Amino acid sequence: MITRLEDKELKRRSRRQLLKLAPVAALGVFAFPKVSDRLIAAGVRFGDWASGALFRSQHLAQTFSNTDVVPFEKFPYNGYDVLDPEVDLEKWTLTVEGDVQHPGEYKLAQIQALPKLNQNTRHVCVEGWDVVGAFGGTPISNFLTLVGANTGARFLEVECVDDYYESIDMASALHPQSLLCYEMYGQPLDRGHGAPLRLQMATKLGYKQAKYLDTIRVTNVLKPGRSGYWEDQGYSWFGGL
Amino acid sequence: MSNEEEKKQPDAPPDRAADAESGAVESTVAKREMVAAEPEPAQPIAKAEEPALVRAAYEHPLAIRITHWVAAISLFVLVASGLRIFRAFPSFGTKIPEKVLLDIPKSLTLGGWLGGALQWHFTFMWFFAVSGVVYVVYQVVSGHYRTMLFTLSDIPGVWPMARHYFFFGPKPAATGQYNPLQKLAYTSTILFGALALLTGIVLYKPVQFSWLAFLFGGFHLTRVWHFAAMCGFLAFIPGHLIMVVLHGWANFYSMLSGWKREPEYQE
Repeated sequence: MITRLEDKELKRRSRRQLLKLAPVAALGVFAFPKVSDRLIAAGVRFGDWASGALFRSQHLAQTFSNTDVVPFEKFPYNGYDVLDPEVDLEKWTLTVEGDVQHPGEYKLAQIQALPKLNQNTRHVCVEGWDVVGAFGGTPISNFLTLVGANTGARFLEVECVDDYYESIDMASALHPQSLLCYEMYGQPLDRGHGAPLRLQMATKLGYKQAKYLDTIRVTNVLKPGRSGYWEDQGYSWFGGL
Repeated sequence: MSNEEEKKQPDAPPDRAADAESGAVESTVAKREMVAAEPEPAQPIAKAEEPALVRAAYEHPLAIRITHWVAAISLFVLVASGLRIFRAFPSFGTKIPEKVLLDIPKSLTLGGWLGGALQWHFTFMWFFAVSGVVYVVYQVVSGHYRTMLFTLSDIPGVWPMARHYFFFGPKPAATGQYNPLQKLAYTSTILFGALALLTGIVLYKPVQFSWLAFLFGGFHLTRVWHFAAMCGFLAFIPGHLIMVVLHGWANFYSMLSGWKREPEYQE
């Protein structure tokens, strides 16, 4: 639509319209590292909040047939530090703390006595790769029932023999595909994959699946600065799929 | 018709200024006339003193300009941080064995490390998504999309325009605000944006949006599509920038101010 305007009038209207665009310049604050560091961390927190709201506690992740599972040799070993923290498998117990009726030390046999679930699910790494693996264990919810955990609490905190640590939201912990995993490919977990016990949750990214479990704590308040090894460095805390 | 587009009547007496926006101009014109023709203020004596009129078009409504720049900034951040994320696993194949498909120089990336890049990506994805949705809704509701949407009737015009740009062919007559090749390019970016957004949703929440993952051929393939969407933008942006530079300041300024001085098209 062509209009005919005096030069002055055109300039005036252009200027007025240009000024209306000024709010976009607010994005310029991202150019300052001190401010942007906080803003992008807040952006991730907003995403975590949205992820929690989107999470459907009974929606199952896709499961696969045995023929779709990658061979065991092609399931990567991934660790943040060492692949074998030299856990004494004979003496190992799982410490249970926090908002539970029966805190204390639990033996692997007690966990294995709970109803077992085998599942072939996709393991997704934050780096971008994914593999379908075969896992066996008991749903975390079974174990929480055994120890008399208050499942109305908000979080599950875990600490590992290799000093790795994680925390997950209770809704994800109670998901039917969230396991205390002690088997992969029908064999007891090997040392590289987290023997004797690890988390394996089909609705979480790989870094949430802590290995070499040592302590589980049911809590409403996360230890400050201890929300997760990678999360404390900037990864998304929810880490949900 | 908004007052932005209203044609000003140069012959109208100063006191009949209907347009509040042009009030200031009217009064300066009035003042000048009074100085020039003191004895007979009512007579419009000096036709030669009437200011010359400039052809202008209000091309880009505010919503389009805002979403354009928010999307442009977001795209820059998303591509740069996305390339850093890709460096963490620069392949579309298996993890074992892993092949480096593309080694992207760190200097082209944003975020410093995977976690930092993810923070940038997960923040600006919201800006990009919101600006994209607002843009599309505005275009459809306002009907403004007619200036830029590539339709079947634009197909015959693509080749003559491409011949002009790339092979120094004759310049086809300007028919509207955008030529067929421009419409094709701009319409493509909407498709790239939609693809980037939908595949991004799958990569972010593949389990919650498993039906969407299924549409794209599964999680693994979705990552390829997401990368392809970026390639689409990377194909568009250099050409877009070159054209902006070639067409000069008035063309660029119109995406800032909405107004284009002396547009090359008629009507």
